[in-house]
Amino acid sequence: MGTQFFDEMHGADEGGCRLPYRVLEQWLADVPDDLIEQRRQEAELLFRRIGITFAVYGESLAEERIIPFDVVPRIITGDEWERLSFGLKQRVRAINAFLADIYGKQEILRAGLMPPELIFANPAFRPEMMGQKIRGDIYVPIAGIDIVRVDSDTFYVLEDNARTPSGVSYMLEDREVMMMLFPELFSRYHVRPVDNYPDELLATLQSIAPESAPSEPTIALMTPGPFNSAYYEHSFLADKLGVELVEGNDLVVQDSLVYMRTTEGLQRVDVIYRRVDDDFLDPLTFRPDSTLGVAGLMSVYEAGNVSLANAVGTGIADDKAIYSYMPEILKFYLGEEPVLKNVPTWRCREPDALAYVLDHLPELVVKEVHGSGGYGMLVGPAADKQMLEEFAAKLKAEPENFIAQPTLALSTCPTWVDEGLAPRHVDLRPFVLSGTDEVRIVPGGLTRVALRDGSLVVNSSQGGGTKDTWVVNV
Amino acid sequence: MLSRTADNLFWMSRYVERAESIARILHAASRMAAVPIAEGSETNEWQSALAAANCEHIFAETGLEATDENVFEFLAFSEKNPSSIRNCFKMARTNARAVRTALTTDTWEAINSAWLELHRYRTDDVSPSGLNRFIAWVKESSLRVDGSAYRTMLRHDAYWFSRLGVYLERADNTARILDVKYHVLLPATEPVGGGLDFFQWSTILRSVSALTAYHWVYRDSLKPWLIADLLILREEMPRSLASCYANLTMFLDELARDYGRQGESQRHARRLYAQLRNARTDDIFQNGLHEFLTEFIGENNRLGALIADQYLI
Repeated sequence: MGTQFFDEMHGADEGGCRLPYRVLEQWLADVPDDLIEQRRQEAELLFRRIGITFAVYGESLAEERIIPFDVVPRIITGDEWERLSFGLKQRVRAINAFLADIYGKQEILRAGLMPPELIFANPAFRPEMMGQKIRGDIYVPIAGIDIVRVDSDTFYVLEDNARTPSGVSYMLEDREVMMMLFPELFSRYHVRPVDNYPDELLATLQSIAPESAPSEPTIALMTPGPFNSAYYEHSFLADKLGVELVEGNDLVVQDSLVYMRTTEGLQRVDVIYRRVDDDFLDPLTFRPDSTLGVAGLMSVYEAGNVSLANAVGTGIADDKAIYSYMPEILKFYLGEEPVLKNVPTWRCREPDALAYVLDHLPELVVKEVHGSGGYGMLVGPAADKQMLEEFAAKLKAEPENFIAQPTLALSTCPTWVDEGLAPRHVDLRPFVLSGTDEVRIVPGGLTRVALRDGSLVVNSSQGGGTKDTWVVNV
Repeated sequence: MLSRTADNLFWMSRYVERAESIARILHAASRMAAVPIAEGSETNEWQSALAAANCEHIFAETGLEATDENVFEFLAFSEKNPSSIRNCFKMARTNARAVRTALTTDTWEAINSAWLELHRYRTDDVSPSGLNRFIAWVKESSLRVDGSAYRTMLRHDAYWFSRLGVYLERADNTARILDVKYHVLLPATEPVGGGLDFFQWSTILRSVSALTAYHWVYRDSLKPWLIADLLILREEMPRSLASCYANLTMFLDELARDYGRQGESQRHARRLYAQLRNARTDDIFQNGLHEFLTEFIGENNRLGALIADQYLI
């Protein structure tokens, strides 16, 4: 199986070693296996003690698990990174422009670039946002763009996450743990630091504060609470940012302002970095049964007295059906060619595409348009006959719910598994911070790794792990 | 600080303190159970342990007999008992996890590992030595939480709220332990001042780590009124009611100073503290120790409610 994939250490040729990995390869060869295994166990202990756990929905036994951490770093060269980060900034600029247009003049629809029902019939589209003023048109201050690599030159964007992308705490903690466990490796590589991420995030959030806010705006991070799967990350970020970690019950709306209940009375909040989905933000506007939100929050938002990061309704930009239009979107708003390519995508809503997809199902990956987290998808090559037939039926019944992509030859990275070092598939989620002043990206991101042999699904909910990601100068 | 954060900190330390108290009560009960008592004067140390832990009613609901095994299981591990050591550590951790950001890494790790390590101690080993090992571990865990907070937390409201939880809970526990000794433990046929009486009092003192302290302070054999004096009025005794209130007023005053205003909780705490400072053992015994303690427990609860009103909701 191994030869058909691009391995980031060995390249296409199994005996070779790509330049940025040479020192690492040598080091791995010199160090006894026991030592690596021992460090791996130490790392796991550290993660558990710090409490970096996540909850898996539907798994009552394992109330909290840690995401497996792989001790072998993933390396990206400075040059590769420059190109990546240029492409990422470009892409996020286009996403923000697209959102401003969709909730504004809708010129892209008038230009006939995409079918209007793709927007208006989309549950992620929020009519409440029409005409809403967003400071600097920054709808998505925090984006997580999922990137996959297929050969030495080609990076694809696999998915845009424009709602509440998570995982950045792992980027930061993985680095902490690596530096603790393998200081000798850091002395041999010049790894660009990532630990300024919280500062950059804070600057970004401050820049989008409403104009009516005081010069030092009060920022709060809003979480659904300790039972949310990403709660650790919420508390971690609030801590690093030095802001309050609030739940819906801690906030209250009075006289068109949002306040938090403190031991000294009510205190105004200007910017909410919310990790609560749109649906649950305000029971008066969205789901009335939500107990996670704040009644009246949307009225304050409409009055321009609080900024939300990310804005409401950004889900329309990371929808998988919209994704396939990203190259057109980019050209339309920026007049530029995309630096980062999309994975070729068949929109099953289009009859020709659907026919092709049904004919080639065993080779394709089919995803639900609104799904996330690796649920509800079909990996053609890994599916048996019965699964294929069942999925074909679903496709025919609701073609507009699906897109299909070729089974990508995701790159692999050497990974420490039970049998020792072995190649495993990886992806990369860098985090792009857009403020009204500038766009910031720390060099690196979250590398997710599919720990099962041959698996292409890197999601933590599906048995994926993480790796520290190094951007190095070689 | 968020009111909810203050509430979580307050309850986090209350639960850790409660776990420790329950462990001490279990320890005392197992020591008493080891002493032979005269025929016909049946006492049940395990029943009294339930009373001291304020768990009599809820235990009665289980329909079980108050044997050593049943009570130990119930107070240490039962998921049905909200005050079992297991549930105390669980609640402490749940509260701590909700305010992860207000804690230092050391304090969080102390609480988190208490919860994780708890699973190593299971009910299958209720032998006296198994019980002792477990109790020693609970005390160590509590000391670790307390010590890490003392050594690492900034002296501001987060710390003060967590201390309020400790002392409010501790005052309640000390009062209950004393009350139970006086009214439940001693069988009617046993003379006050007899051998059994002596042994029970000394066990009570041990359970609050005060046996040596007693001898240092009074240089006298064990006398019930002196023990009451020690556990109620002596400020130098860290688990005494007076000491708890010295701390409660101090931390409430810190809060009031920091926030620039005071309220009912400060006034109530100071009133109680003044009463304890002015009280005399003779008067307390004259009017009835039980009545005194019952009233105190009520007033102490009231302070908890006032703190909640003023800061936590």
